[in-house]
Amino acid sequence: MGVALDDLQLTQKECHNELLEQMYNKLDDFISSLGIQKRDPFRKGHLIQVLHKAQEIFGYLPEEVQIFVAKKMNLHLSEVAGVISFYNFFTTTPKGKNQIHICLGTACFVKGAQRILEEFTEQLGIGPQEVTEDKEYSIDIVRCVGACGLAPVVTVRDRVYAKVTTGDVEKIIKECKEISSE
Amino acid sequence: MAKIYVNGQAVECQDNLTILEATQQLEDVYIPTLCHLDLEAFNIEHHIGSCRICMVDVEVDGRRKMLPSCATPVKDGMIIYTNTPEIIHTRRTVLELILSDHPFECLTCLKNGNCELQSLSKEFGITKISYQGKKKNYPIDVSSKAIKRELNKCIMCRRCETACNILQTVGTLSGYKRGFDAVVAPANLKPLVETNCTFCGQCVNVCPTAALTEISYINDVWKAINDPNKKVIVQTAPAVRVGICEEFCLDHFDPSNTGKLVTGLRMLGFDAVFDTNFSADLTIMEEANEFIQRFTKGGRLPLLTSCCPGWINFLEHNFPDLIDIPSTCKSPQQMFGAIAKTYYANKIGIAPKDLIVVSIMPCLAKKYEAGREEFKRNNIPDVDYVLTTRELATMFKEAGINLHKLKPSEYDSPLGISTGAAVIFGVTGGVVEAALRTAYEWITNEKLEEINFTQVRGLDGVKEATVDIKGTKVNIAVTSGLGNARKILEKIEDGTANYHLIEIMACPGGCINGGGQPYIHGDTNKILQRLNAIYTIDEKSKIRKSHENPDIIKLYQEFLGEPGSHKAHELLHTNYFNREMV
Amino acid sequence: MKKIKTKEDLFQLYERNKTLLALRTADERVKEDVEKAKKNKTQREILVCGDTGCASAKSKVIFNYLKKEIENRGLDDKIKVIQTGCFGLCEKGPVLMSFPEENFYVEFKPEYIKNFVEEHLINGKDLDRLYYTDPITKRKIPKRSEIPFYKKQFKIALRNVGVIDPSQLDEYIAVKGYQALAKCLSMSPMDVINIIKKSGLRGRGGGGFPTGIKWEVCNKMPGDDKFIICNADEGDPGAFMDRSILEGDPFSVLEAMAIGGYAIGANKGVIYIRAEYPSAITRLQVAIKQLRERELLGKNILGNDFSFDIELKYGAGAFVCGEETALIASVQGRRGEPTTKPPFPAEKGLWEKPTVVNNVETFANIPPIILNGPEWFASIGTEKSKGTKVFALAGKINYGGLIEVPMGTTLREIIYDIGGGLKNGKQLKAVQTGGPSGGCIPAEYIDTPITYESLTESGSMMGSGGMIVIDEDNCMVDVAKYYLEFTTHESCGKCAPCRIGTKRMPEILTQITEGYAEDDAIEKLENLGKVIKNASLCGLGQTAPNPVLSTIRFFRNEYENHIKNKKCKAGVCKNLFIYRINDNCTGCLVCFKNCPAGAIIGAPRQKHIINFEKCTKCGICFMKCRFNAIEVV
Ligand SMILES: Cc1cc2nc3c(=O)[nH]c(=O)nc-3n(C[C@H](O)[C@H](O)[C@H](O)COP(=O)(O)O)c2cc1C
Ligand code: SF4
Ligand code: SF4
Ligand code: SF4
Ligand code: SF4
Ligand code: SF4
Ligand code: SF4
Ligand code: SF4
Ligand code: SF4
Ligand code: FES
Ligand code: FES
Ligand code: FES
Repeated sequence: MGVALDDLQLTQKECHNELLEQMYNKLDDFISSLGIQKRDPFRKGHLIQVLHKAQEIFGYLPEEVQIFVAKKMNLHLSEVAGVISFYNFFTTTPKGKNQIHICLGTACFVKGAQRILEEFTEQLGIGPQEVTEDKEYSIDIVRCVGACGLAPVVTVRDRVYAKVTTGDVEKIIKECKEISSE
Repeated sequence: MAKIYVNGQAVECQDNLTILEATQQLEDVYIPTLCHLDLEAFNIEHHIGSCRICMVDVEVDGRRKMLPSCATPVKDGMIIYTNTPEIIHTRRTVLELILSDHPFECLTCLKNGNCELQSLSKEFGITKISYQGKKKNYPIDVSSKAIKRELNKCIMCRRCETACNILQTVGTLSGYKRGFDAVVAPANLKPLVETNCTFCGQCVNVCPTAALTEISYINDVWKAINDPNKKVIVQTAPAVRVGICEEFCLDHFDPSNTGKLVTGLRMLGFDAVFDTNFSADLTIMEEANEFIQRFTKGGRLPLLTSCCPGWINFLEHNFPDLIDIPSTCKSPQQMFGAIAKTYYANKIGIAPKDLIVVSIMPCLAKKYEAGREEFKRNNIPDVDYVLTTRELATMFKEAGINLHKLKPSEYDSPLGISTGAAVIFGVTGGVVEAALRTAYEWITNEKLEEINFTQVRGLDGVKEATVDIKGTKVNIAVTSGLGNARKILEKIEDGTANYHLIEIMACPGGCINGGGQPYIHGDTNKILQRLNAIYTIDEKSKIRKSHENPDIIKLYQEFLGEPGSHKAHELLHTNYFNREMV
Repeated sequence: MKKIKTKEDLFQLYERNKTLLALRTADERVKEDVEKAKKNKTQREILVCGDTGCASAKSKVIFNYLKKEIENRGLDDKIKVIQTGCFGLCEKGPVLMSFPEENFYVEFKPEYIKNFVEEHLINGKDLDRLYYTDPITKRKIPKRSEIPFYKKQFKIALRNVGVIDPSQLDEYIAVKGYQALAKCLSMSPMDVINIIKKSGLRGRGGGGFPTGIKWEVCNKMPGDDKFIICNADEGDPGAFMDRSILEGDPFSVLEAMAIGGYAIGANKGVIYIRAEYPSAITRLQVAIKQLRERELLGKNILGNDFSFDIELKYGAGAFVCGEETALIASVQGRRGEPTTKPPFPAEKGLWEKPTVVNNVETFANIPPIILNGPEWFASIGTEKSKGTKVFALAGKINYGGLIEVPMGTTLREIIYDIGGGLKNGKQLKAVQTGGPSGGCIPAEYIDTPITYESLTESGSMMGSGGMIVIDEDNCMVDVAKYYLEFTTHESCGKCAPCRIGTKRMPEILTQITEGYAEDDAIEKLENLGKVIKNASLCGLGQTAPNPVLSTIRFFRNEYENHIKNKKCKAGVCKNLFIYRINDNCTGCLVCFKNCPAGAIIGAPRQKHIINFEKCTKCGICFMKCRFNAIEVV
């Protein structure tokens, strides 16, 4: 029994490593496809694109990935980290399974989006850019998703909740879970 | 040429100047600055325009606005006012804003009295902070034994970034985060010791506040001196003797200042006052020997000098494939420590653990170097504490010792006598020049008449020369500043370099401009002055070739045998590690 | 697909393609074509808005189902379903149109499709409920041209948006696409620049700098390596004009970039687009691919000695990257920190080379100017502000959406004639323009004609085109704080006045909205605002205080009421008001049932009472009460 469990864990670990390796290979292929020369003075011009790709692959940009990018592109880690920390889009911590995007663009704001945010925070116990302990939910603030006519707007993946009221919040949270467990 | 009008007065100036530069030529105009920095001797212009303290009122092309004088080029017909009430009010409010995000710890701050922000605040007569609010709150980083980072005192002038990334191309520091949270820091706010920092200290040298300073060991040294069970000896690096002059208004060019320094150190309570110059001579014995071995026996070339721990860090982080080409000689500081804790300890009959070796260095990398594992014997470091020139000045002042007033005295024996070849270690080109003085005579067995190798002198970042040693041509490169070193190393990596001997110093200009020297606040003339002072001391030295140092000769006779001997290897040589870091 | 290698190829293709749009354009000149088209198979076209607004209300599903339904009934020969860009009236989305009738269907739902096809398309019955309702007369209006929202509009930049299928180069060719470039290539670059100068076109990205002059500066710079950049970063929260243009008419921007490239001597173009605009990115990728295949991008375009290609670069969520020097830093893979100007990008820009940065909408104006002549363009608008401006109209307005009006149109016309007035009959308080760089124009000034100068004079800014209608329920201090918090978050942190100043200002505003501000708070805000404007390094800081300064200027009493009387009359700042039930209360129990805090005490048909100690001021009761019985005190 004990042995079997160990085996299981081992395979899980291997599996995990294999997955990770695949991810790195993917990123490696992408960077290689850009044909960056080690001392090309324009090489840094690709950095943001590469980071977009890396985040797409890994879901977030932990330091190991940053180091990988820095080495591949012959940049300093501090440059890579400095860029990541500058842009909202990049994150160095994993997000929740359900990323709740609350629009705080002006159109949504004047229609009370702040209260919607407060309600989500109250119900989930997390603020913007935070993840619930069970890693189920994270809240992110977006500035206009281009559906201002339907303000206030909340989006979860490709679902758009329009004209949201504080009363809808509970329902949205519940629905998230349903979709993600589908 | 451009014609501009400054406070109503017409001025002709070159049209590639900034407003600040153009007005600096006028005696009756003064514009305060904070972020701006020009390191003229090293071709570094830091015109970031971030602090907005130097704002002036400018009318150009019919439009009037406030512009930063440090970053705005002059334009023909510009009408400039440098001190309207509105400008003064704007500058003051901006300064008040900067201060509203600054800790008020001047009394306990390492930069007290030497801080550009503090002086500005005094200059503006700030007596209260009108705006209060959240302040940034970052932990202090003392991970490295060398450099203390206290981001709460950072004003985002970004000078350190320019020093680290453009001057040194090390790339440890970068802007991190943005907006109010923005700071200049290593990647992901890592502790400095976990980064690719070389501890060259160039960032410390340019930081206007105490956001970047050395980690001070003054208290530890006082404690050791006061400990009756310890014998405390001190060594002084070549460049310290010129640096210290600035702290006590001494004339750089008077060699007797070195003697005053010795007297001062004795007064502080050190049991013996020795000289790193002694071990610099020792370094030349070993390095010249190593060069001749490699050069004449077809060993790997070029030989790179290894007396600068800042550059060694740079090599280990960035060029791991090249770690076998530098000379294996330890730096003079570590050679001194090794000899002190063996030969000297033995000589005076004391256990190494009871002998405390203190170094006075122009350098922060030496603080780091002294802590490296390979420089310990039975877990006892060869060098116990490293103080900077600045820290030493502070100790003198605390002890009421004014070097100016002291009578010169001589270094103690047996590790105190040195030659002119040793003192030039303190300046770029010096190590190579000293090595040549010895190598030439050893190779040719003839006396070298013209011992001044002027081709390798001066503040240029890369100097190349070919020296004719009786028909054999030796190609030499001398670089200072890690940005310049990178250029040469990349050439070596690419196989396009054709050098036999290369000297590399991490600090632009060499140790005279080390990270532990008195602050120059952007005045690189001071570096030039230090450089000339070093050569003056060399000039006036009785002995100017390392192999003629009588105590060195005695050391080999009594203890080491000959250069490159087994014992010498054990004590005076080291090797380098692949510590690749991006 | 045939390559378009020469001018002749282009015109031949145009002749062939123009019937493609015959049904939709209903233009006199193509009347014959309409008849021809009708005789052909296609008798009807259904346009489905595929822009983000409608897409978020399932327009893509509608498009697919509708297409399938029509195919299933074997009607796909006769009825074509086309996905286009935004029709403008996003508030009522998803929106569909049918041609040649020009019928306009709003708030369409997937469930309607069967009925729609059978009853309406096949049997020709009017489906009243799908038509737009006039808010005042309550009349149903089937035709778009008769809907007031569209009457005062004049479209130049949006001319093709919502008309053509943005994924088909052929449709763009059919609206004279690339004829402007062809015309330019037969002129000298300076001639092109002179046309743009003469037209009086000014940058639509906010600053309003004359486009022709910018091009001229760059043209005169020595060197062959130059760049032209399209700024599609559109960071103003609540504005989506540029996105709509790129999604609805990407080719016109790409054509204009080539024209600009030719004029300044650049053969490389870069579009810097927000990563938050995935569908616009896809549209551009598709468009660029087609242009390369058909050789309208690449070497020797239209047989001339002019080569040009375009690369897409993505932003990563930083408002400041809309600022041109920050944008350039970002394209170079750096932190988006602006640099001091001079040098201007036209002198020293991307990779240190002369670079022109123009806004999407600016570019969209270029081809019509070339084709119709600068005089035509200059005849529209006012003395100093020529042409039209696109706005994203939103906030407390009945018909929000995307509009384009001639410069000089008044705010009143926009709000009441086009936008149908305020929602729920509320009182207009202010109009916010210029986003975080702009300010609030109070209701008294709504007869202000819109020009760069007039908006600046009223303490606001044209900005990129966000226009937010604010009503009596909004607190102006809160609105100012909203914008300042936005800037605090978006400041790059490079220069001291902005980095620290935009932190201190919202701190003071928070003190005001929470009721513990000191008496000199307004004075401090004004002083800080002035200094930040004067001393900041880039446009972000230089305009950041505007929302505060303009609200202090026009709504000072509201600030004072907060500071001195600790009252927020709008009922927004939670510490500064309570809800109370007045005598209008009918005892309907609605509030009682809906209060999440159980703070309402009441019984049927009796006046209810709010226990203000329990009340969390969530506002639900206030919204739900139909008798105006809950008031803010
Ligand atoms: C903080 C800030 C944000 C800006 N954002 C944008 C933007 O999103 N889109 C844009 O076209 N211009 C923006 N601009 C203006 C640009 O700097 C630049 O002036 C403009 O792209 C020039 O194009 P135009 O002359 O065609 O307007 C912004 C400016 C500032 C200071
Ligand atoms: S850094 Fe300067 S201003 Fe700040 S506490 Fe130290 S001495 Fe004072
Ligand atoms: S300067 Fe002022 S604060 Fe500092 S020690 Fe003297 S009295 Fe105290
Ligand atoms: S000490 Fe040198 S390497 Fe280290 S951060 Fe400072 S400048 Fe960079
Ligand atoms: S650490 Fe010092 S040099 Fe670096 S930005 Fe801050 S204040 Fe300037
Ligand atoms: S050059 Fe001198 S001061 Fe600078 S790091 Fe090297 S040894 Fe230290
Ligand atoms: S004004 Fe603000 S955004 Fe612009 S450079 Fe300064 S800190 Fe950055
Ligand atoms: S909803 Fe209005 S009318 Fe009904 S009980 Fe509440 S306050 Fe009274
Ligand atoms: S505001 Fe909300 S909590 Fe307060 S009484 Fe009304 S519904 Fe209840
Ligand atoms: S402001 Fe929320 S969708 Fe535009
Ligand atoms: S000194 Fe000019 S902006 Fe700082
Ligand atoms: S998004 Fe469909 S009408 Fe605007």
